[in-house]
Amino acid sequence: MEAVFSRSVQIFTPTCTHVRGMATLKDIRIRLKSVTNIQKITKSMKMVSAAKYARAERELRPARPYGKGTQSFYDRAEVTQDDSKPNHLIVSMTSDRGLCGGIHSNVVKAIKAEIAEKKPGVNFKIVCIGDKTKLVLQRLFNQNMFYSFNNVGKTPPTFADASFIAKTIMESGYKYDFGTMYFNVFKSVVSYNTTAQPIFSEESVATAEKLTLYDSIDEDVLKSYNEFALASLVYYGLKEGACSEQSSRMTAMEGASKNAGEMIDKLQMTYNRTRQAVITRELIEIISGAAAL
Amino acid sequence: MSVLRHLTRTNGLLAKVTREISKRSYADMSFTFSSPGNAYYQNANVKQVDVPSLSGSFGILPEHVPSLAVLKPGVVTVFEEDGSVKKYFVSGGNITINDDSSVQVLAEEAHPVDRLDAQAIRDGLAKSQQELNSATTELAKAQAQISFECYEALSKALE
Repeated sequence: MEAVFSRSVQIFTPTCTHVRGMATLKDIRIRLKSVTNIQKITKSMKMVSAAKYARAERELRPARPYGKGTQSFYDRAEVTQDDSKPNHLIVSMTSDRGLCGGIHSNVVKAIKAEIAEKKPGVNFKIVCIGDKTKLVLQRLFNQNMFYSFNNVGKTPPTFADASFIAKTIMESGYKYDFGTMYFNVFKSVVSYNTTAQPIFSEESVATAEKLTLYDSIDEDVLKSYNEFALASLVYYGLKEGACSEQSSRMTAMEGASKNAGEMIDKLQMTYNRTRQAVITRELIEIISGAAAL
Repeated sequence: MSVLRHLTRTNGLLAKVTREISKRSYADMSFTFSSPGNAYYQNANVKQVDVPSLSGSFGILPEHVPSLAVLKPGVVTVFEEDGSVKKYFVSGGNITINDDSSVQVLAEEAHPVDRLDAQAIRDGLAKSQQELNSATTELAKAQAQISFECYEALSKALE
């Protein structure tokens, strides 16, 4: 901006106050007003996200046992799944809304990396929870889209939502051998981890190493157990994802407000200098005009 | 030692007897009981848990045989270490007992029994009875049946 100012002193156009190539007072004023408005919006978004984050974090605490408990069963029973089997299922779990940092793109990146590593002859289907990832995945893997859920992220997720998603996957009749769920695990206010949680099919559980240790299991019990386990995992993913999203949006909006504040300071300086330059120029014109008489 | 473990594996009820025979210290059960709204216990040490499952109600003590079970509407009774007994009504869910004696009871919905409203239960029971009688499709009948059983369990829990 200093270079512009020095240019305005050297270039003399007596009649008009507009110099091509330099922002006029009016332009700077318009820009200043618009950036101030944006800063107000990002500040209010940050406060709304902070409130939603507080609630999401509180609700995450009872939801963690659903994920950890189910996973600990899979660990103790040594359930594994074979990724060379033909049918794969990928569940991508984020939300509908943007302006939340890298939440959606990190999940899509992880999914793309997994798909690139898949062996040939494997066909996979994608279940998309949240519109933001649906757009990207639809463009890249059009034939593999299976189901997509929207209206995610407006209200805190409930167990009913999770069981609806689990029910849809089960009732679709798609017999998958290898399943993974990609979501963001909340680590702290400023960080989250994009994680791949294995979703074991009924067959994988039934052929688990240590399942014979478990007493009195018949087919019905195993089926019901698996259905509830899927709903639990989906619920856990939804809750962690919601918490990560709100904290990430809070951080992103705070960064945006700070940047907008810096822009406002710089623009204000430019505005003042430009204003002073205009006044100085007018004075010089008047004086030189009067001296010519 | 291996004989004792073999016994516990074959019959969970023997777990209590073998514990009395052996001179080991009291085994611990890492108990997690959670509902979506509230995590009542997280890796807590409790003495015994009675759960209502589809294959019948049973009690879980430390060193129980690993097992999986499905919860049916009923009361989960927790006998805590200090001797107090807490009751929670659950609407359904999962029970996992792992071989390291950790027990997870994940409920779809769980509330302490003293928070149940008797009048609301009576009204709900009458309404679900009506729905069951007037249900036409298979799906509606199954849903009404589930709701009726749940209300029955609720009213039994209050007794």
